[in-house]
Amino acid sequence: MPSEPSQRVEDKLFYNRYLVDSGRAHIKVRPHTTPSSRLLSMLKACPARCYELNDKGHVEVTVDGCMECGTCRVICAESGDIEWSYPRGGFGVLFKFG
Amino acid sequence: MIEERFDAIVVGAGMGGNAAALTMAERGLKVLQLERGEYSGSKNVQGAILYADMLEKLIPNFREDAPLERHLVEQRFWIVDECSHTGLHYRSDDFNEEKPNRYTIIRAQFDKWFSEKVREAGATVLCETTVTELLQDSHGRVVGVRTDRNGGEIHADVVVLAEGVNGVLGTRAGLRGRPEPDKVALAVKEMHFLSRETIDARFNLKGDEGLVIEAAGTISRGMTGMGFIYSNKECISLGIGCLVADFQRTGETPYGLLEGFKRHPSVAPLIEGSEVKEYSAHLIPEGGYKAIPQLCGEGWVVVGDAAQLNNAIHREGSNLAMTSGRIAAEAICLIKSRKDPMTAKNLSLYKKLLNDSFVIKDLKKYKDMPALLHTHSQNFFLTYPQLFSKAMQDYVRVDGTPKLEREKLMLNSFIKARSWSGLFSDALRIARAWR
Ligand SMILES: Cc1cc2nc3c(=O)[nH]c(=O)nc-3n(C[C@H](O)[C@H](O)[C@H](O)COP(=O)(O)OP(=O)(O)OC[C@H]3O[C@@H](n4cnc5c(N)ncnc54)[C@H](O)[C@@H]3O)c2cc1C
Ligand code: SF4
Repeated sequence: MPSEPSQRVEDKLFYNRYLVDSGRAHIKVRPHTTPSSRLLSMLKACPARCYELNDKGHVEVTVDGCMECGTCRVICAESGDIEWSYPRGGFGVLFKFG
Repeated sequence: MIEERFDAIVVGAGMGGNAAALTMAERGLKVLQLERGEYSGSKNVQGAILYADMLEKLIPNFREDAPLERHLVEQRFWIVDECSHTGLHYRSDDFNEEKPNRYTIIRAQFDKWFSEKVREAGATVLCETTVTELLQDSHGRVVGVRTDRNGGEIHADVVVLAEGVNGVLGTRAGLRGRPEPDKVALAVKEMHFLSRETIDARFNLKGDEGLVIEAAGTISRGMTGMGFIYSNKECISLGIGCLVADFQRTGETPYGLLEGFKRHPSVAPLIEGSEVKEYSAHLIPEGGYKAIPQLCGEGWVVVGDAAQLNNAIHREGSNLAMTSGRIAAEAICLIKSRKDPMTAKNLSLYKKLLNDSFVIKDLKKYKDMPALLHTHSQNFFLTYPQLFSKAMQDYVRVDGTPKLEREKLMLNSFIKARSWSGLFSDALRIARAWR
């Protein structure tokens, strides 16, 4: 049974603190015409819902809410679908509790 | 930035890195520790249970000032289906001892405290610094690191990689592969705040007593996974984790699972009226013994989660990280005291000492468990919990059906779902893997 579509991740991310490194995304999706099944799986598997399908049918990533878990690296980096690195020191998610 | 040369550089200020840096600094080594977070702990996520014994070996009097939440007096294991749980609860007043064995902690706060001890011991701790690369000489020997602070190349005799489960440096330098989807779980977690009195009342606790619930069954929707609920002083950590390969295969969402777990009729009343203050996500190594990479080489060692040192069956990780960090540091100090170079051969002392410790012994014991649970996840996490819950309900419900007839029906339902041979081989597989 697929998950209920109405989960609002945005509401969850709202609890968190971030220091966004504008203009320096730490994850990049390789340009593609048709997304691979790995990339498509990220639309669901990313816990912060950073991956989205744009109107051209390409998978895009917006890293502002990224929790740096590495799930997309595990699924998509080996094949070269994405390039993954950590944000610059001090930037990104700042857990208060963890 | 830093011109000097260090005896050792530790990458990461989590459980493993802090243990290593503390041990080496206390023994007089010149140590530099680099952490990408704003402070030690700001990137780290854990349940979190702290095992006292392994911390005591590093900081004997830690109970005096460590930010501990509650000491655990009760452990609940639940098998759940959609609307029930069958529980095994163990509670003992023995755990109300002078020096309790297990505590709940809040990682961001705990790591900050731990890091302060590392500084007091004399290590240089540099936060907000991401290490981008290991420096290797022409023979592939690790001779230092490069950071994202203006050009910073820093040299040391040895680099301790304590970069966690998702460490990128070891992979970039070709020392180990990337974590694989069937060897790591993704866990998502929320912090639910409630008053102390409410938590005490809902969980039947008093004073600093605490409790842990671990739940498996239909909440993971047939994936290899587990839910957890840990009581802190004024909040509850609640989360669920499943294998990354399973998320990839099923198209389930992590937050969908979390919401499902929170809505479970056995869970919802425990968190009712709480204020959520954080949502976090982190990987957990699940590959066990067979996934452990090379542990040391020319000028480097790897400890903790980065080396997959995690006992997924017993939910132990931080203690293995602390112990491997300490043992690696002790080996380095010994090599240093002999004025020997940090070669792969000399550093293999770390591997030898680790093999003799509970870390490798425990992981070896369960070496077949991860594969068993991963390949039979539908049976172990969906079919059996459903059958089991149904059997429990049949057992307690009184409706005039003769008991013999009922038992027959129950047995038939198990055979129908798994067949005799299926039941037999599942039992055998578990017994073998547990041995
Ligand atoms: C949800 C969850 C629940 C858990 N529950 C428990 C539990 O109850 N009990 C238990 O014992 N274990 C538990 N664990 C496991 C435990 O958290 C880990 O085993 C432990 O944190 C590993 O310690 P580590 O030092 O190896 O890695 P980490 O604690 O992850 O530390 C790695 C550090 O390295 C830093 N770092 C990484 N890359 C770089 C870089 N390039 N440059 C600079 N810094 C870098 C990170 O910011 C981080 O501070 C749990 C894990 C999770 C996710
Ligand atoms: S690292 Fe985790 S949170 Fe960030 S984009 Fe990848 S999957 Fe999403």
